[in-house]
Amino acid sequence: MSAENRIITDVVCPFCGSLCDDLEVETDGTKIVKVKKACKLGKSKIMGHERIESPLIREDGKLREATYEEAIERASQILSNSKRPLSYGWASTVCEAIEKGVHLLEEIGGVMDSTASVCHGPTVLAVQGVGAPGCTLGEVKNRADLVIFWGSNPVHAHPRHQARYSYNAKGFFSGGKEDRTLMVFDVRKTKTADKADEYVQIEPGSDYKIFSAMRTILSGNEDVVPSEVGGISKEKLIEIVDRMKKAKFGVIFGGLGLTQSRCRYKNLENVISLVDEINEHAKFTLIPMRGHYNIAGFGQVCAWETGYPFAVDFSRGYVWYNPGETTAVDVLNRKECDSFLVVAADPASNFPKGSVEHMKDIPVIQVDPYHNPTTEFADVVIPAAVAGVEAEGTAYRMDGIPLRVRKLVDVKYPSDEEIFDKMLTKVKELKGA
Amino acid sequence: MGKINVKLISGRTLDQGSTLENKMSKEFVDAAAICEVNQKNLGTLGVSEGDNVEVKTDFGEAVVCVRVNNGNPDSIAFVPMGPWANAVTGSDSGGVGMPIYKGIDSEVSSTDKSVLGVKELMGAI
Ligand code: SF4
Repeated sequence: MSAENRIITDVVCPFCGSLCDDLEVETDGTKIVKVKKACKLGKSKIMGHERIESPLIREDGKLREATYEEAIERASQILSNSKRPLSYGWASTVCEAIEKGVHLLEEIGGVMDSTASVCHGPTVLAVQGVGAPGCTLGEVKNRADLVIFWGSNPVHAHPRHQARYSYNAKGFFSGGKEDRTLMVFDVRKTKTADKADEYVQIEPGSDYKIFSAMRTILSGNEDVVPSEVGGISKEKLIEIVDRMKKAKFGVIFGGLGLTQSRCRYKNLENVISLVDEINEHAKFTLIPMRGHYNIAGFGQVCAWETGYPFAVDFSRGYVWYNPGETTAVDVLNRKECDSFLVVAADPASNFPKGSVEHMKDIPVIQVDPYHNPTTEFADVVIPAAVAGVEAEGTAYRMDGIPLRVRKLVDVKYPSDEEIFDKMLTKVKELKGA
Repeated sequence: MGKINVKLISGRTLDQGSTLENKMSKEFVDAAAICEVNQKNLGTLGVSEGDNVEVKTDFGEAVVCVRVNNGNPDSIAFVPMGPWANAVTGSDSGGVGMPIYKGIDSEVSSTDKSVLGVKELMGAI
């Protein structure tokens, strides 16, 4: 390590909802040269790669370089001239930028949605329906003796989750994996399932009926449960319910296997009700395995600014919330929006092809550090600093704990917060004019 | 020409996740333009690991490279989340904003076609 090199400790990782806050990052004064303790996902994000060097504006079908002033002005013109602007993304940036974004969308009377709608949006809907069990990951680490991953695969999606918070983590009242039972429910034997004390394979799309059968057994009505439900025998279901009742502290980490499959939010309503009912016998809770590092923060900011956690429509002059209508996929499917502001996200990759089609026909504004498939559709591209690496701010962990992500190096790129501050000022100016 | 009928599941993988901020790279194509089936299904398809297969659903088709994952039961094929999986995913959101990304009825078959790169895939939309 040379004299100019600096080690920054207790760095918070801005990749997944685990928000590990123990990383060590070495910089040489201008760039990051080493990342320690992060998993492969966090390390690749913090180390970074080739950037969009300058703002870009599409002219005659080709993107040409522009200044920030020019690109922000063009974006502001597009947004203020739109009848039905849509914005999507906002999960891989900090709360301060999201707040500016909410004010911008309110100003232009647009629809604002986050990546939650195609991730844990159904969990949020279920929480609105039947309530939210929950605790911090610290409680899980200290107390849980039964850890269940249902439709989630942390070995691939949240690689340090088990070591820091759940299965292997040593807590005050738990010595680590010797003191815990790990159960995995999934439709395929994942790497997480390989580590489990018990893996239960279920049939795709059968989560809802399995939860119903478990609730029926729990309420003492096992006589009406058929001999097999969703690929699990009745005897096994009885054994699982019994094991859950005997837990000192049980937790279900629900994944996209529940939200992105048949029955969507109904799966979550049912499992939350199951958790509620098990609490008559044992302390039990549920935490959604939030994907993007600040998707939980978007929900917080959007809720405290508008009253609703995602998919908000400002076009009426008051906030309208109706997932299924005001969610990004649906607005695109109906070919309703006449401009599209994409922030720290990549809908061209992550939405079904049928939803992406409308992006060809409308002006797309992209605010992102990196070139990605959405750039292929973009008319204005505004490169931003990577929040949590090159810009600081607040992010919410999957259990709702806010943590401060840091600026580790100085860069030439403005932060998302600065970009939206300028865009908001410009839009107000244009609308005033 | 071998073919199998399976439920298609998409999701995060370590390789896909560590290249997702670098989607214009070859590494991303290698990580996301793949389809995992078990050894038995590989035999039914009559292909070897690394060959291309075509995934077809009611919503579209995509050519991806086949890999073995014996964690998948016979009834399941897995494609990492990304533009190849989304080329065969329906856009109906069930009235809640969420397309069905997991559990799509699909046919996987051997093919001579090649895998489209990200730009070609976007150009085809
Ligand atoms: S588990 Fe998540 S938060 Fe922790 S280092 Fe890996 S990507 Fe970052």
